[in-house]
Amino acid sequence: MGRITLNKVTKRFGDVEVIPPLDLEIEDGEFVVFVGPSGCGKSTLLRLIAGLEDVSSGRIDIDGSDATSVPPAKRGLAMVFQSYALYPHMSVRKNIAFPMKMAGVPQDEQARRIEGAAKALNLTDYLDRRPGQLSGGQRQRVAIGRAIVREPAAFLFDEPLSNLDAALRVGMRLEISELHKRLATTMVYVTHDQVEAMTMADKIVVLRAGNIEQVGSPLELYRTPRNLFVAGFIGSPRMNLIEGPEAARHEAHTIGVRPEHIAVSGTEGTWKGRIGVSEHLGSDTFFHVHDTGLAETLTVRAGGEVDLHHGDTVYLTPEADKIHRFDRKGLRIA
Amino acid sequence: MARAVSPQRKAMTTIVVYLIAFTLFFPILWTILVSFNSEAQAIDPPRVLDGSWTLENYTLVQERSDYMRYLWNSVVIAVGSTLLGIVIAIPAAWAMAFVPGKRTKDVLLWMLSTKMLPAVGVLFPIRLVLIELDLLDTKVALVFILTLINLPIIVWMLYTYFKEIPGEILEAARMDGATLRSEIVHVLTPMAVPGIASTILLNIILAWNESFWTLTLTTIDAAPLTAFIASYSSPEGLFYAKLSAASTMAIAPILVMGWFSQKQLVRGLTFGAVK
Repeated sequence: MGRITLNKVTKRFGDVEVIPPLDLEIEDGEFVVFVGPSGCGKSTLLRLIAGLEDVSSGRIDIDGSDATSVPPAKRGLAMVFQSYALYPHMSVRKNIAFPMKMAGVPQDEQARRIEGAAKALNLTDYLDRRPGQLSGGQRQRVAIGRAIVREPAAFLFDEPLSNLDAALRVGMRLEISELHKRLATTMVYVTHDQVEAMTMADKIVVLRAGNIEQVGSPLELYRTPRNLFVAGFIGSPRMNLIEGPEAARHEAHTIGVRPEHIAVSGTEGTWKGRIGVSEHLGSDTFFHVHDTGLAETLTVRAGGEVDLHHGDTVYLTPEADKIHRFDRKGLRIA
Repeated sequence: MARAVSPQRKAMTTIVVYLIAFTLFFPILWTILVSFNSEAQAIDPPRVLDGSWTLENYTLVQERSDYMRYLWNSVVIAVGSTLLGIVIAIPAAWAMAFVPGKRTKDVLLWMLSTKMLPAVGVLFPIRLVLIELDLLDTKVALVFILTLINLPIIVWMLYTYFKEIPGEILEAARMDGATLRSEIVHVLTPMAVPGIASTILLNIILAWNESFWTLTLTTIDAAPLTAFIASYSSPEGLFYAKLSAASTMAIAPILVMGWFSQKQLVRGLTFGAVK
């Protein structure tokens, strides 16, 4: 079980309110990702759930019982840190065994669980090494192993992949997703990377300045962003935002069109512009189009092998039913 | 990029460094040389290399006073006060390094400021307290006093070492179900072993050499090696050679210990300087 409920939780550091009153429901077995720019309070929120920070007011329930003032050790949660936070003086085996030693799990049971975790995480050959002798990816796997053997009610991940290089990050992302499918345990995952959020989450919580901007499944957020902030944050490359007469034509203060919802043509279309930078990724091409009179730059996605280059004049046509409309306050117009 | 250093420059530097080191070590060398001369020779420049050296000072000193008793007192006082200090300082340094409050910096500075107080300023009150408690000239009293004297240094040293330990590791221990005690015993202390070891070594040396309190608060029963040396310092008579012999005997143990632990000491003192 791992159902976490936050009820009017706030956090202040001195006079600064980092988290204004916040309600959130995390269902058992759910993969929830907190995402937002740095300083948005996502890590603080995770640490409040972990118990590493005390809430200033409000209540946190874990599996229906009040955990607000329960110390971290007794909340039954496991955490994986950005820096891995392995014990450098202990072997991999002892690192993984540590939470079980603290919980007084019998020796043979400890050995069984270590073996299981090591097998699942490809660490069997490294059990007698020290963390210092491992690569970044292996260290992160040890940290995950240490979390698994506790059989926690929920896993908390604090930007666990940000210290890894790009290739490893993709690999570990898949491993964590697979782990979630296999264990079906609640996972709360903090990241500033919206790609991680989109690919892993059952439910994304977008945060800004401690406020929840929107909660929903990745596709809900992608299809119907509640406001300009979410619209700009979710999706890569960013959504194009257009103000002025063109927006007024759609009876909105601002309209947004994602790069992938704009058709590019060398001959005809709704908007005319000139290609600035083009990024050829093989599978896709991104054009940064200037001089449209709508916004400084419009980003559009075209197929992999389009024969258009820097300086060419292009015509852009947005898909009519994929245009997002926002009012003066930046809220979505239904 | 490595800087180019000419061989001549290197040789010059080496010679200068050796000269400085020799100058610093010279008084100790002199003392050791004098201790192997007869009292008559000792007032002249000591002669050792001409084959006229003698062990009679050591024999006389051992006959006149029981070296082993002083040595034992020194060991008890130095080791005892250091260990007591460490036991008190680990939780104190933990608190200041990992859960600092508004006044933590002030507390640290205030502790250090007690080291600026001239010891003689509190001699009377402390003597009176010890007389009242019937603890004058006891090892217990000296262990306590030296613990108090060196505690600021122990806390400061441990504090700097603990500051180097990433807080996330302790938080991980907390998440792993460790109580405060397990966190300190199983995670913090083993990680800080180099720092703790050099703190212990340095404090044993400080306590071993401490002479103000050991001389003023002891007479016979608890007198350590500092008192042993002092008993040979006399305004009259020829005591140079015997004083030197006593000094050599007093500093020998700590010199040997320092020699064998210098690697540890240097590592601990520069701990954290290079990550």
